[in-house]
Amino acid sequence: MNKTSGIYPHKLNKITKNNFITYLMVLVLYIAVQLLLVTGNVSSLMEGLLVPLCIYVMLAISLNLTVGILGELSLGHAGFMCVGAFAGAFFSKCMNGAMPDGVRFITALLIGAVSAGIFGILIGIPVLRLKGDYLAIVTLAFGEIIKNLVNVMYIGRDKNGFHFSMKDFFSLNMDAEGEVIVNGAQGITGTPHDASFTMGVILIFLSLIIILNLIHSRDGRAIMSIRDNRIAAESIGINITKYKLMAFSLSAAIAGVAGVLYAHNLSTLTALPKNFGYNMSIMILVFVVLGGIGNIRGSIISAIVLTLLPELLRGLSDYRMLIYAIVLIVMMLFNWSPKAIEWKERMKEKYFPKKLSKGKEVK
Amino acid sequence: MKRFMSIAMASAMAMTLFAGCGSTASEGTDAAAGTDTTATADTAAEGTDATAEGTAAAGESAAGGVFKIGGIGPTTGGAAVYGMAVQNAAQLAVDEINAAGGIGGYQIEFKFEDDENDPEKSVNAYNTLKDWDMQILMGTVTSGCCVAVVEKTSADNMFQLTPSGSSIEAIKYDNAFRVCFSDPNQGMASAKYIGDNAVATKVAVIYDSSDIYSSGIYQKFVTESASQPFEIVSAEAFTADSKTDFSVQLQKAKDSGADLVFLPIYYTEASLILSQAATMNYSPIFFGCDGLDGILDVENFDTSLAEGVMLLTPFAADAQDELTQNFVTTFKEKFGDTPNQFAADAYDAIYAIKAAAEKAGLTPDMDASAICDAMKTAMTQITLDGLTGVGMTWDASGEPNKAPKAVKIENGVYVAM
Repeated sequence: MNKTSGIYPHKLNKITKNNFITYLMVLVLYIAVQLLLVTGNVSSLMEGLLVPLCIYVMLAISLNLTVGILGELSLGHAGFMCVGAFAGAFFSKCMNGAMPDGVRFITALLIGAVSAGIFGILIGIPVLRLKGDYLAIVTLAFGEIIKNLVNVMYIGRDKNGFHFSMKDFFSLNMDAEGEVIVNGAQGITGTPHDASFTMGVILIFLSLIIILNLIHSRDGRAIMSIRDNRIAAESIGINITKYKLMAFSLSAAIAGVAGVLYAHNLSTLTALPKNFGYNMSIMILVFVVLGGIGNIRGSIISAIVLTLLPELLRGLSDYRMLIYAIVLIVMMLFNWSPKAIEWKERMKEKYFPKKLSKGKEVK
Repeated sequence: MKRFMSIAMASAMAMTLFAGCGSTASEGTDAAAGTDTTATADTAAEGTDATAEGTAAAGESAAGGVFKIGGIGPTTGGAAVYGMAVQNAAQLAVDEINAAGGIGGYQIEFKFEDDENDPEKSVNAYNTLKDWDMQILMGTVTSGCCVAVVEKTSADNMFQLTPSGSSIEAIKYDNAFRVCFSDPNQGMASAKYIGDNAVATKVAVIYDSSDIYSSGIYQKFVTESASQPFEIVSAEAFTADSKTDFSVQLQKAKDSGADLVFLPIYYTEASLILSQAATMNYSPIFFGCDGLDGILDVENFDTSLAEGVMLLTPFAADAQDELTQNFVTTFKEKFGDTPNQFAADAYDAIYAIKAAAEKAGLTPDMDASAICDAMKTAMTQITLDGLTGVGMTWDASGEPNKAPKAVKIENGVYVAM
């Protein structure tokens, strides 16, 4: 960022300006919400939704790195979130009381990021040799494997150390006073509640800084060149595997951090199809597609809107699922159908004739 | 690249250190904001144009004559059967109480929120009810959600009575009670029953390892079986993703010579197991817990296959006592199907709340926290004759004291043993 703005010392260049709009948007939202919290103008529902919003925003921007920047369709993003969530929760459960809460939580976040990143690399090495639909299907399978593996994992701890089993609780052979940490399908219960809105927003900021800087760096341009024309990129000596892995594992690591935040927001962590299955992966993909593939700011907005929508529609009771789906279709059409885009541009031209050309380029 | 990563990581570390200080401060403000509010355009700040569901603070004074009881459970998604049953039965109980004069002369208002059987959604549902000025929570229906919600109710000091959240952690705080048996309790009771009555010597277990209810019972059953005169010869699991074909599990049970198959699962899967066992010409004794209740009503299921099935259940829809008969008739009239044990638990839960509230002499103008304190003591003092047990009492741990009833299916009806 500094490098690019250094070329034009008098004026921020377009990319930097655009990035700052994104940062500023998050900051303004954060300050506004904090003000409302302090003055007591937030309903309990909204207050409870703040951390989940941060989690979904992080998932959306991290998947946008894979889908939008690297140009590969991944349907296993919830799997990485799952890895991060369980790694972080496991650490927190083991270390609860053994170190100060703040330090433990930060360490848990790092552990979640690293373990999800490692899984990203492990999955990426064989999988990124595939292209397009094939990659989508393999990542989908990966997500399901992770979810099922976690469901049969039993880890306990007693004075002899850790016990591990893939069969059932009794194969752990623990002492009577031993404590079960991961109890198969019952998952991890009693994870300390460390997640807060401020923490979530800070993590969003970090993810944004990392992702936006990566996109506009030399590496980012290399990654995008692979997306745009793989053969051309290869012919000019870009190491395809390296750059693909870089984007893929970074995206996985950020999803892992979101997972840790998720695990520390609820006291129960189970790998259900609902939260870590392909439904969730597709949900995240919907955020990305609605917000615009490759458009990080759009991902943030769409993640917020689509997470809030079903909760705000609660008044409609069971019909809300139907309404939600309809609203989703309408929003997709309005945002991305060619006719709608044409119409929006005509409107723009009509009311803001000057901004047209500029707006187009920025996007 | 290395340099970029090192800078990124270093800044990440630095930023997260600051975060450690920030988070505690914001928690303080959370608590400050916990007092009731007039929900304003907070969503505008979220960058959406949707409007907040207005929760009128005026409700506090206007609701002077009404108790507000909230319920949470899945009414959409895979577990909707249970949530709907609880919602309907609770509404039925509330209507009955209101018609009979309410709790100590005050009417009840009941509101049920959907949680899709997702802990995260369940917490949202709880917060929605809080915005509605809920005073007592009757929920949640499923264990996983209950564990997440009990954390919140305990922090808010909100009285919680779950009809069917059966895992141990579901009521680990002193503000939470339950109507159903806990999972370990059922596993232990089953093992004791089989051992004490010498029902079998070789036992096979088929359980759902992806379900908390099922694996909870299974674990305790195996622990308890060590001190019982039977042995477990095979224990086979299935998961939510593979619950249609049980031939492998049944074959293993058959090969191991088991004369009893213990099924700590729900009736939908159990009906498949019974059909598949019949086609394999394998006819051991089948023994189940309260999850099997409802097996006679499964569509396209040959109920003659269920002959001889034994189950421990606190509720049987065709019991002959007056209370059950009235409940079943009214439920059928209103909602068109036979109530299951979830419905019965919810019905009892509402009546337990009524009994305890009257005992404590609650008035609707008390706030949720004062109600919770009064209810905590009152719950341990009441005795309730309900659908799921006669002379039910509760102790401070929140567990109900009632005897499980063992029934056997004979000629298509439950017969007490």
